[in-house]
Amino acid sequence: MEKKIFSDIEYNEYLNKKKLMGSKCKKCGSLFTPPRPICIDCYGTDMEWIEMKGTGKLAAFTCISIGPPFMIKEGFDRKHPYCVGVVELDEGTKVDARIEGIDPGKPETIKVGMPLAVKYLHREKKGEKLTYLAFEPA
Amino acid sequence: MKKRKLGRGVAVIGAGMTKFGMYKNKDSKDLFAEAFNETIASVDKGFDPNEIEALYLGNFSNDFFVHQSHWAPLISDLIGLSPKPATRTEGACASSALAFREGVFAIASGFYDIVLVGGVEEMSKTSTEEVAEGLALATVPYEGRVGFTFPGVFGVIATAYFAKYGASHRDLMNVTIKSHNNAPLNPKAQIPFTIREMMNTKIERAKGKGRPAPQWKDEIEFLSDLSANPPVAWPMHLYDCCPISDGASCMILAAEEIAGNFTDKPLNVIGIGQGSGRGFHSAKSLTSFEATQNAAKEAYGMSGIKPEDIQFSEVHDCFSIAEIIHTEDLGFFKKGEGYKAVRDGLTRLDGPMPVNTSGGLKSKGHPVGATGTSQLVEVWKQLRNEAGERQVKKKNLRIGAAHNLGGTGGTCTFTILERR
Ligand SMILES: [Zn+2]
Repeated sequence: MEKKIFSDIEYNEYLNKKKLMGSKCKKCGSLFTPPRPICIDCYGTDMEWIEMKGTGKLAAFTCISIGPPFMIKEGFDRKHPYCVGVVELDEGTKVDARIEGIDPGKPETIKVGMPLAVKYLHREKKGEKLTYLAFEPA
Repeated sequence: MKKRKLGRGVAVIGAGMTKFGMYKNKDSKDLFAEAFNETIASVDKGFDPNEIEALYLGNFSNDFFVHQSHWAPLISDLIGLSPKPATRTEGACASSALAFREGVFAIASGFYDIVLVGGVEEMSKTSTEEVAEGLALATVPYEGRVGFTFPGVFGVIATAYFAKYGASHRDLMNVTIKSHNNAPLNPKAQIPFTIREMMNTKIERAKGKGRPAPQWKDEIEFLSDLSANPPVAWPMHLYDCCPISDGASCMILAAEEIAGNFTDKPLNVIGIGQGSGRGFHSAKSLTSFEATQNAAKEAYGMSGIKPEDIQFSEVHDCFSIAEIIHTEDLGFFKKGEGYKAVRDGLTRLDGPMPVNTSGGLKSKGHPVGATGTSQLVEVWKQLRNEAGERQVKKKNLRIGAAHNLGGTGGTCTFTILERR
């Protein structure tokens, strides 16, 4: 079997299979999400895939009223904003994600630091399956 | 800290810019020609454009906005410079600060004595949605994929800042009000109105149409009214965001040893720094711009001066929160104190550390590729005591700076100029 390179393409393939994966440097132990082919701490290139537990906390967020075309297509607009944020995983790394299970119309009720768990949102783009990383209150 | 230095001194001997705005009947060439003519005319002892040896031109994405790429030779031909070399620099909203920096290095190396640096961008001929899409080309892919927009990235930074330091959206309003107080004093500003004036216009308009006039007690109440100031990417609201703009700006740089042939009031480049940032996934802190911190380190390291020696500064305020955090990252205020400084009036035109005397990106406008050198045009005006009504009234005004950010913090620069 061909070894999966530590690329965004492979990372997204894993997301399609509902796996949140990072890469770990075998030399110094640094962990990265999304995965990196080169360790930015020691320049090591011997990496291994590590599956994340999929839990963490909300580090910061925003509720967007005017989104890009693909979000408008999903039905989001000024009256129906959506929430995206940065999630700090229990493993210590960070990922960008949609935040679900909260009310994006009431941003005052969304709290930085709230515990979250991963979920996956799928969409089609030109017949291709794409997966968004999303989190919801744990 | 490593002491960085230029191979030889470089000075600014001329500067100019267009008024920023939305131009139906002017394109990038027309705008650059205007900025160029003003720049040539600004050289105190006269200047023959034939003396320019090379052009460095900042442009972010006219490729996308007007479907034309490869702008450096087009502009070089426009101003009669061809076949001399012309190079385009791209660093998103910091594109022309990079042009300035490359021009400085070209002279410092000894290769050229006189170069023209500048920038241009033409954004208003596309729809707002298309502009948003064009700007989003400069976000980090992991962020774009889950639905982040430009304002959204700064919204995230704001919520992180609020959570860490206890600030709120109300604190951001002070930035907007302050910028708009300066803009009417700048004839080049796109939105030369105070928030109070815009409130009154809305009230008069409502009355004119026979509708009940809105009752806002003050600017804060107006900016808190979601119908007047709707969220774009909470907590970024409409008045936290800079407008869509067209414009051009440029400057003539010369080797310090010949600057006196052109003016008795040249500005010396005493600090020039740059840094690069990364997305949230990799950022060490969500409440600092690493690229700005590195740019500051380089610029202070070269100049040997400290943040408190900077007498005023232009600071990249594409979104209100950006100005607050940058004033901390540049060392003007301690971390977590930037929002208090604005609240307490420290950054006002008549305050101890004026920030964005031009009105900033928020009210002067932000034609992205032209912004970097336009900020330095403001420093030029101030340090030469030519800023008119918005002149900083400090004794012995000598050192001013400009900070420029590209994208969502991917490229940042900090440039310090001195009048000797
Ligand atoms: Zn390593």
